[in-house]
Amino acid sequence: MKSGKWFKLYIAVFLVFLYAPALLLPVFAFNDSSIVSFPLKGFTLNWFNVLWETEALHEATKNSLLIAVSTAIISTSLGILAARASSRYKFRGQKAVMGFIMIPLVLPEIIVGVSLLVVIVQMGFDLSLWTIVLGHVLICTPFCVAILSSAFLNLDQSLEEASFDLGQTKLATFWLVTMPLVLPGVVSSMLISFTISLDEFIIAFFLAGTEPTLPVYIWGQLRFPQKLPSLMALGTILLILSLTLLATAEYFRRRSARKTGIEDAGGFL
Amino acid sequence: MTDPIIRLSGIDKFYGDFQALYDVNAEIRTGEFFSLLGPSGCGKTTLLRTIAGFEDVSAGRVEIAGQSMENVPANRRPTNMVFQSYAIFPHMTVAENVAYGLKARKMPKDQIATEVATALKQVGLEGYGERASHAMSGGQRQRVALARALVLKPKVLLLDEPLSALDKKMREQMQSELRHLQRAVGITFILVTHDQEEALTMSDRIAVMFEGRIGQLASPQELYRRPVNRKVAEFIGVMNFLDVSVRAGTAGTFDCEIAGLGKAVVPAEQAPGGVDASVTAGVRPEMLTILSGENARSEREASGVVEDVYYYGDMTYYDVKLDGVDHPVTISMRNTAGRAVLSRQDRARVGWGAESVLLLK
Repeated sequence: MKSGKWFKLYIAVFLVFLYAPALLLPVFAFNDSSIVSFPLKGFTLNWFNVLWETEALHEATKNSLLIAVSTAIISTSLGILAARASSRYKFRGQKAVMGFIMIPLVLPEIIVGVSLLVVIVQMGFDLSLWTIVLGHVLICTPFCVAILSSAFLNLDQSLEEASFDLGQTKLATFWLVTMPLVLPGVVSSMLISFTISLDEFIIAFFLAGTEPTLPVYIWGQLRFPQKLPSLMALGTILLILSLTLLATAEYFRRRSARKTGIEDAGGFL
Repeated sequence: MTDPIIRLSGIDKFYGDFQALYDVNAEIRTGEFFSLLGPSGCGKTTLLRTIAGFEDVSAGRVEIAGQSMENVPANRRPTNMVFQSYAIFPHMTVAENVAYGLKARKMPKDQIATEVATALKQVGLEGYGERASHAMSGGQRQRVALARALVLKPKVLLLDEPLSALDKKMREQMQSELRHLQRAVGITFILVTHDQEEALTMSDRIAVMFEGRIGQLASPQELYRRPVNRKVAEFIGVMNFLDVSVRAGTAGTFDCEIAGLGKAVVPAEQAPGGVDASVTAGVRPEMLTILSGENARSEREASGVVEDVYYYGDMTYYDVKLDGVDHPVTISMRNTAGRAVLSRQDRARVGWGAESVLLLK
């Protein structure tokens, strides 16, 4: 089984390459030295203290969270409408419409950023957090549509007909039957658009007015070498936060899948 | 006779350029077990869905209990449906599924509980209320779907191929249970099926559909014994077809010369569709007899060679090539005590009678 050994080695190298940089974050976050390099100097919580005391960072974080939550809600709502329409109805130009919705998936973000900037400025609007939300909704919606389409396609159409046949209105049917069954897909969709928005840099950089998002703020701080360890601490917090978020979402998705006996309702893990 | 519960008049249905239903007219009687039977794509499910209110009619009208159903959506029609996939809500328990329609009607909670318990008992699922519905077997889901619809006491229960997903044994059991249930609740049932045996054994009356039209609407016996044309005859049971030349005889009878069998005088009621040049003679397998032994006699006799023998224990089916005919006819014989079973290539004497011949277009 010589080839098997090589394959295992390959997997090991692959995983190290993929995750080692991320694992270095916490290491240097607790390192008692302003220079990010080995050998390690000793344990400290000082860098986290620095984060705690930096007001600008708190502002950027608040901005990012506001944008990410808004983006998740708006793009998932749009995704529900589009996915439901494309999976239930046949209409003229359906393929073209769905194609145009999905295009931002492959469009370079720099193009989206520049063109949105030009249009917004030409129309006389001020740049603000909401212009960033606009850009993020544009790039997140295709992901939401993709996730939610699979959730809606897995839904047996006769379930909705049965609810209507049993005397419920179409609206009540949507809330009582459709939504509970596509909920895992909705959660996945919210989560992925939240994550994409939270760490998106290019569009946020172009469309930000006076208020930076977290990635834009971090980028600005990289010019100062003495800030690097505190950025490592920030990275550590973000890493733990996003892992916790993912694990929680996956737990709820599996629990609801077990409850309804549906195998794949649009989860992505 | 009471008024029909459903009256369908002149129903056309188009999907774009495709016409799914052509001028369908039918009356379904109150309290009967009615079947829509036909091959796939004949429009039987479409017709059921127009009754349920899931499809609009392009022309014509649907009346239920004397009321026109024009512009009445499915949720306000006095019909309920059992879907082919059962459509049990997977995120609800069995009891929640059955209570669904009652909740929509805003019935008080304690009354719902009583009704649900009664309905579950009716379909043999007493005590299953708290089970998760997705953990039920196919046959159990079927019962949940039945209970969920019947608990609303609809005027008409619509069943869209409800037995097709079950295995043979379960299907046969559910056939007799459905029949009993229908008699017990006294609600009109309309069953869609492509299985002619199922339709024959369960229904009071059957509409046989082909390509969007009703070919014949009659009782099972009438359909089997007096199919109006060749298509219906071929779809219901087995029918042997033989060439025939026909001349008008005396007193409304037809003088026939049937290939392989011989001459016969056939009364006009055995030619339900009339007679023209395209007519063929149809004979059911059990109407022909293999005469075995010197003393066996029949009104008329023909002869042929046994081509194949299918032995079923209680019955034997023979493929017999009659002299002067190139395709074999099927003959079924009950294996009574002492009756010999013929072998391949044996000569056979075939007994028949004029009363068993149909002239079909």
